[in-house]
Amino acid sequence: MSAIHELSVKALQQALQTQQLSARQVTEHFLARARNHGASLAHLASDMAPQSPSPSTPGSKASCGAFLSMNEAHSLKAADESDRRIQAGQARALEGVPIAHKDIFVTQDFPTTAGSKILAGYRSPFNATVVSRLQSAGMVSLGKLNCDEFAMGSANENSAFGVVHNPWDHTRIAGGSSGGSAAAVAMGLTPAATGTDTGGSIRQPAAFCGITGIKPTYGRASRYGMIAYASSLDQAGPMARSAEDCASLLSVLCGPDIERDSTSLDIPSADFTLGLNQDLQGLRIGLPKEFFAKGLSDDVRDSVRAALDALVRLGAQLVDIELPKTELSIPVYYVLAPAEASSNLSRFDGVKFGFRAQGYKDLDEMYLKTRSEGFGAEVQRRIMVGAYVLSHGYYDAYYVQAQKIRRMISDDFQRAFSQCDVIAGPVAPTVAWKLGEKSSDPLSNYLADIFTLPASLAGLPGMSVPCGFGEGHMPVGLQLIGNYLKESQLLNVAHRYQGVSDWHTQLPGSAA
Amino acid sequence: MNTPTTHAQPLGPLVDGFEVVIGFETHTQLTTQSKIFSRASTAFGAEANTQACAVDLALPGTLPVMNKMAVERAIEFGLAVGGEISERSVFARKNYFYPDLPKGYQISQFEIPVVVGGEVSFFLGETKKSVRLVRAHLEEDAGKSLHEDFVNQSGIDLNRAGTPLLEIVTEPDMRSSAEAVAYAKELHKIVTWIGICDGNMQEGSFRCDANVSVRRPGEPLGTRREIKNLNSFKFMQQAIDYEVRWQIEQLLDGHKIIQATVLFNPDTGETKSMRTKEDAAEYRYFPDPDLPPLVVDRHWVEEVRSRMGELPRDKATRFVRDFGLPEYDASALTQNRPSAHYFEEAVSLGAQAKLVSNWMMGELSRRLNVAHLDFAASPLSAQTLAALIVRIMDGTLSNHSAKTLLESLWQLDGSRESDAKAAQTLVDQFVDSLGLKAMNDTSALELIIDQVIAANPDNITQIKAGKDKAFNALVGQVMKASKGKANPQVVNDLLQAKLAAL
Repeated sequence: MSAIHELSVKALQQALQTQQLSARQVTEHFLARARNHGASLAHLASDMAPQSPSPSTPGSKASCGAFLSMNEAHSLKAADESDRRIQAGQARALEGVPIAHKDIFVTQDFPTTAGSKILAGYRSPFNATVVSRLQSAGMVSLGKLNCDEFAMGSANENSAFGVVHNPWDHTRIAGGSSGGSAAAVAMGLTPAATGTDTGGSIRQPAAFCGITGIKPTYGRASRYGMIAYASSLDQAGPMARSAEDCASLLSVLCGPDIERDSTSLDIPSADFTLGLNQDLQGLRIGLPKEFFAKGLSDDVRDSVRAALDALVRLGAQLVDIELPKTELSIPVYYVLAPAEASSNLSRFDGVKFGFRAQGYKDLDEMYLKTRSEGFGAEVQRRIMVGAYVLSHGYYDAYYVQAQKIRRMISDDFQRAFSQCDVIAGPVAPTVAWKLGEKSSDPLSNYLADIFTLPASLAGLPGMSVPCGFGEGHMPVGLQLIGNYLKESQLLNVAHRYQGVSDWHTQLPGSAA
Repeated sequence: MNTPTTHAQPLGPLVDGFEVVIGFETHTQLTTQSKIFSRASTAFGAEANTQACAVDLALPGTLPVMNKMAVERAIEFGLAVGGEISERSVFARKNYFYPDLPKGYQISQFEIPVVVGGEVSFFLGETKKSVRLVRAHLEEDAGKSLHEDFVNQSGIDLNRAGTPLLEIVTEPDMRSSAEAVAYAKELHKIVTWIGICDGNMQEGSFRCDANVSVRRPGEPLGTRREIKNLNSFKFMQQAIDYEVRWQIEQLLDGHKIIQATVLFNPDTGETKSMRTKEDAAEYRYFPDPDLPPLVVDRHWVEEVRSRMGELPRDKATRFVRDFGLPEYDASALTQNRPSAHYFEEAVSLGAQAKLVSNWMMGELSRRLNVAHLDFAASPLSAQTLAALIVRIMDGTLSNHSAKTLLESLWQLDGSRESDAKAAQTLVDQFVDSLGLKAMNDTSALELIIDQVIAANPDNITQIKAGKDKAFNALVGQVMKASKGKANPQVVNDLLQAKLAAL
């Protein structure tokens, strides 16, 4: 048997149900790995520290900085409960399988920071729906994972609690904003993690860290308890090694939550594992020419092409399609997301919870100092951009215009889906870049989101599947985009591909 | 609100040659059990912050979910004022920072409100007035800042945060403070009648803001100042009167009016500027991405309509049509549900409508007002009044006797009798025991008339000289001598016959 942390969710599930492994044993194993390899700068802030001090320095070769908080006593208690249930024959779907959550989901058992100083010390009185659904399925929470502050970023360099290092090369970024989730899974600190995707925040870090991740159709997973960045785009999803693991997690995570989230679709979840083995014969895979144009690096192109060839061998046929507004998705996204963010983040004002600055003369100064000191540079930048595009005299030129183009982007997809069943392409133009390489240039960071933004703007499901290695032996991700509610189809394609490839089973040296 | 209406003729009384123009924005708190976007209770008066849930506190990760009951209240209002219910309306965020606004934005309706148009009609004296409504939109209330109880700090009570409000906006159609107050009273009547608002002005359930401007007749609208939070009809009139005088003085002194928001201080009777347009906030309105557009389909509207029962305006129209009442009477009788019910009850027992109306609006209203009661609590039931009116109609009671009878019945517990037969028996017993039966017996009357004629020779001379006054004086004497029991018409006829025979 492989080491526990090399096992898939499915393998762990089976080993637990057959009592080859106990939940306590599994949980202790992952907790130790998280403690030793996952600590972040957050341990400097006492109330957020992993309970046992980390032997490795954050950012050192051994630690990726993925974990922001742990509560080992709580995790072990949950594990013991799982063991009890398994012994009593009352095991639930994912009984005893560990998971860790992006720190954008609020949790009762762990602090929640959204990667921001402004929420330092915040403890939610309730669990996010996604968290409680996974918990109700028997999963054991290991802790909270680093992310870009309020999920704003593509490199996980915007967290107030330190960067996340790519497990494949610690001098490189893990991607963002769900960088902690991707790195933790890649490094074997947890078999699975939750992530959120607003403009690519599940797919891109999954691609950069060589794991599998899926963002369902907008509205399929509840946003209740997910700290809002851009409400009309934010969507939760699972991140794990394989499509099969993502499928079992997604089955639990999705489903209506109309009493708490008005944007939740009133459509029941499905058992997404059921369609995994469907034949791909005759499946039409659309290749948007804009996704393979200038700007796509050769190493990524080669890996994606090879993956497409493998899918053709499985019976799929490739169709050339067009998504002509692809380039416009960048300005559209960087108008709409900041607009919503500028309003969503107004509640962090120092009045009710979280950080409040010291030494203010009056209310205005309290607001100013609290928000200036509490928010990082990128968050402040987006709040300002958002406030600008919403202000009187600019609203029509920016916000309204962006909404119109957003609709056109959705229409383009619907036209494309009349020619194909699934759309495929790269997740990002390049592999993970070096830490610090783009951090002083927000624009070049934004441009790297070009292939993930369109599906987000259209609210379509999208996923990232490991499909090879590029420059510096860094992982490359194949992006699959499906029509609304076609998660099952995406997972099917990904699973069949993973049946004939082994990229997703390869582990970075740091995961040893 | 901003459509400049110019009339060659002023629509209201001029003040120092100026026409007064008033528009209203009224925030009515809707009578829902829970808040507009959360399930916390809306009950008034609880200990601070005990009725605010995670959503009301804007805790991270919380989201709004529309309370269907609040939408139904808005639909009911729209139907009551003859407005149009938007099939699709949109919630927007109004962004500003204030400690009692937990999310940093208020969810309101901006571009597309749930109710568009409609009108509120009422009588100002004998004149019928109509005020056009621009819109009514749903929004959430903010919390309260408590500045008094803390030294160098402010307390925040979020119990009120998220309470559903319907903001009702008029065109600038009112031309005097009296008209404005009459409008506000009529609106108050409508919202309490249909039960969408408890109308409690002290508790802030019905808050009016008045936009006031003045102009020379025929000129475009003047610059307006908005008087905020007028929470009593008395202050409303005082505040507007003060504001009008102040604006006219400013203009006569050669100053310009600067658009501003002002507060009325009941202690000084003055309005004072809170902020001018220059400090007007940039609200950065945009559609709330957390809430899909509010869709109200025709079926829902019809379902609500079928549950509402007859609206006051429809009732008034029916009273005019079916009972031949003057519009003024119909409007007065439909001021509130108890009064309309009382009227319909009495009429259904055979009492003549106009007589019921006269008695209700006259004798009864006067007495009820003194006792601070409404018709539902009247010491005289509709059945008893009907019994009394039936006896007027059949000539048993003269008007004078009926009043005497009412005086006695008013003091009596049994007058609350709600059984029609029992009420009639009661009235008839009193007519007998008080000896109020009209003297329809002509022989007795003739005797009295003879005596009166004999005792007033001067009057007879004057009557013969064609002086009607003298005749009326004789009728009065006869009535007096009969202790009011004589039927004046019978007296009239008999007296005329006697005089002719002289």
